[in-house]
Amino acid sequence: MTVNERHGIEARGLVRVFKKGPRAVDGIDLNVAPGEIYGFLGPNGAGKSTTVHMLVTLLPPTEGTARVAGYDVVHEGPKVRAAIGAALQEAALDPLLTGREHLRLQTTMHGLSQDERKRRSKELLERVGLTRAADRKVRTYSGGMKRRLDLALALVHSPSILFLDEPTTGLDIQSRLALWAEVERLAREDGVTVFLTTQYLEEADALADCVGIIDHGRIVAEGSPEELKAEIGRPTVELVPADPNERERAAAILARFGELQSSAEGIAVRLRSGEADLVEIVRALDAEQIKVENLQLHQPTLDDVFLAKTGRSLEGAADEEEPVETGADAALEPA
Amino acid sequence: MNQRFADQVYVLARRSVVRTARQPANVIFPLVFPLLLLAVNAGGLKAATQLPGFPTSSFVAFALAIPFIQGALFATMNAGTDLARDIQTGFLNRLSLTPMRGVALLAGQLGGIVTMGLIQALVYLSVGLAVGVRLASGFGGALVLLAFAVLISIGFGALGAFAALRTGSGEAVQSLFPAFFVFLFLSSMNLPRNLIEIDWFRTVATVNPVSYLIECIRSLIIVGWDGEALALGFGVALVITILSLALASISLRTRLARS
Repeated sequence: MTVNERHGIEARGLVRVFKKGPRAVDGIDLNVAPGEIYGFLGPNGAGKSTTVHMLVTLLPPTEGTARVAGYDVVHEGPKVRAAIGAALQEAALDPLLTGREHLRLQTTMHGLSQDERKRRSKELLERVGLTRAADRKVRTYSGGMKRRLDLALALVHSPSILFLDEPTTGLDIQSRLALWAEVERLAREDGVTVFLTTQYLEEADALADCVGIIDHGRIVAEGSPEELKAEIGRPTVELVPADPNERERAAAILARFGELQSSAEGIAVRLRSGEADLVEIVRALDAEQIKVENLQLHQPTLDDVFLAKTGRSLEGAADEEEPVETGADAALEPA
Repeated sequence: MNQRFADQVYVLARRSVVRTARQPANVIFPLVFPLLLLAVNAGGLKAATQLPGFPTSSFVAFALAIPFIQGALFATMNAGTDLARDIQTGFLNRLSLTPMRGVALLAGQLGGIVTMGLIQALVYLSVGLAVGVRLASGFGGALVLLAFAVLISIGFGALGAFAALRTGSGEAVQSLFPAFFVFLFLSSMNLPRNLIEIDWFRTVATVNPVSYLIECIRSLIIVGWDGEALALGFGVALVITILSLALASISLRTRLARS
């Protein structure tokens, strides 16, 4: 068993400070087990991409340590890079080259032999469903096709750890589901450790074994999606009265069943005794003759977790664009 | 040089050539514009050949050196802009995550520029021969001229790569182009230095390294084997090449500041 087969990702006190920017990453600890899909969830500007850039050795940490596949990201960069594949934000493809030419370039850069290059390219094109489009220039590809090619390029050297930085941002639902299936297959069948950043709750919920929620450069919650939701625990009932003038009376009734929550359209309450309270709420409203336009029971979501941990909803919590710098920028403008 | 390194250089150079070939404007403009300028100059400045001491009776032969320099500049700007775009789009990051050696990137990039520079030089030379220019230095001189074209392509190419790697901006690379053209116009491109009557212009042309690049090519076309012109031309080209390669290498190391 080699080093990278036994190790996933570990980080301790990872910090990145930009000279002209904020403390983009502010003391992150990570422990991603081998073969696990780790969902790194947070709004734009939370520090996700900066963390990934440090873990893939493109950006040196200002403080802290990280080991990827058992290798130190600062002192053993070449070994880290040999063990990982990465599809970073915005598929970095050459619009003038074909898909096959991209694979030829990537397999050659990774030192595969002539025969291996052809075999691996063919295999990966089939795997991501781009065989028929392989000889078309990338500028004719759809967003989903570009992302699939990006994924194929990250896999040419059969990495044990895969970094995917917002791989489905901007994709239609069909392309998103296809990519999810491939990521899941990589982890479940090939044992690849996947570190996936996302701003989509449903993506983290559907794919991740473990989710880390990041906000303002810090991990504010971590655990399996189920654990995190269970931590929040109780479902919420949201009610919109038919007559807006009945709002206060309706709120008074709901307050009997738990703590009132902010709600954009109506009144919401986190139920004290769980979903069994729903029947009692309906009865109480009926007894007070309050007509209801809409009544919904919400099970806890990761957004609720985010809300509970940060006081804000993940939707619309985006900060300013995250200042991702390359190594060169970092070197030219030290913190 | 091991096989893996050679393969890396080859695929990167191939990409550079393929990219250029797939952007017709990047092929046609560097070929056509210098030849158009040659045609205009040859027509408009033909009377200059009547000046006492003018080294040839054919202004086309005199001016044929200019397209070689202009072509190299165009190719360099295009290649530098492409490299800057690679930085902006993250393509360089993708390459950085492979076991690529930085020098392979530079060599590949320059390999593409040299290929384009060589094709351009062959076209300019062919056009010159087709309109009646005869190389005073013969077939051997043509080979030396092509070798010189390769050398200046590397020199200017490395300068373009340096600008791209230092700034990461295609606009910044393109902004160098007018500066390069100022050097070209303030050289001996249109008149031999000894016939320039305005003192400051003659002084500027004398200290301008581009004059010696032009005079090296010109000597092969209209003089024959002029050791001094060749030594000065190759010397200046070598200094430009070594300096720009050094600057590009330093910038590349900074740009690829992976751990």
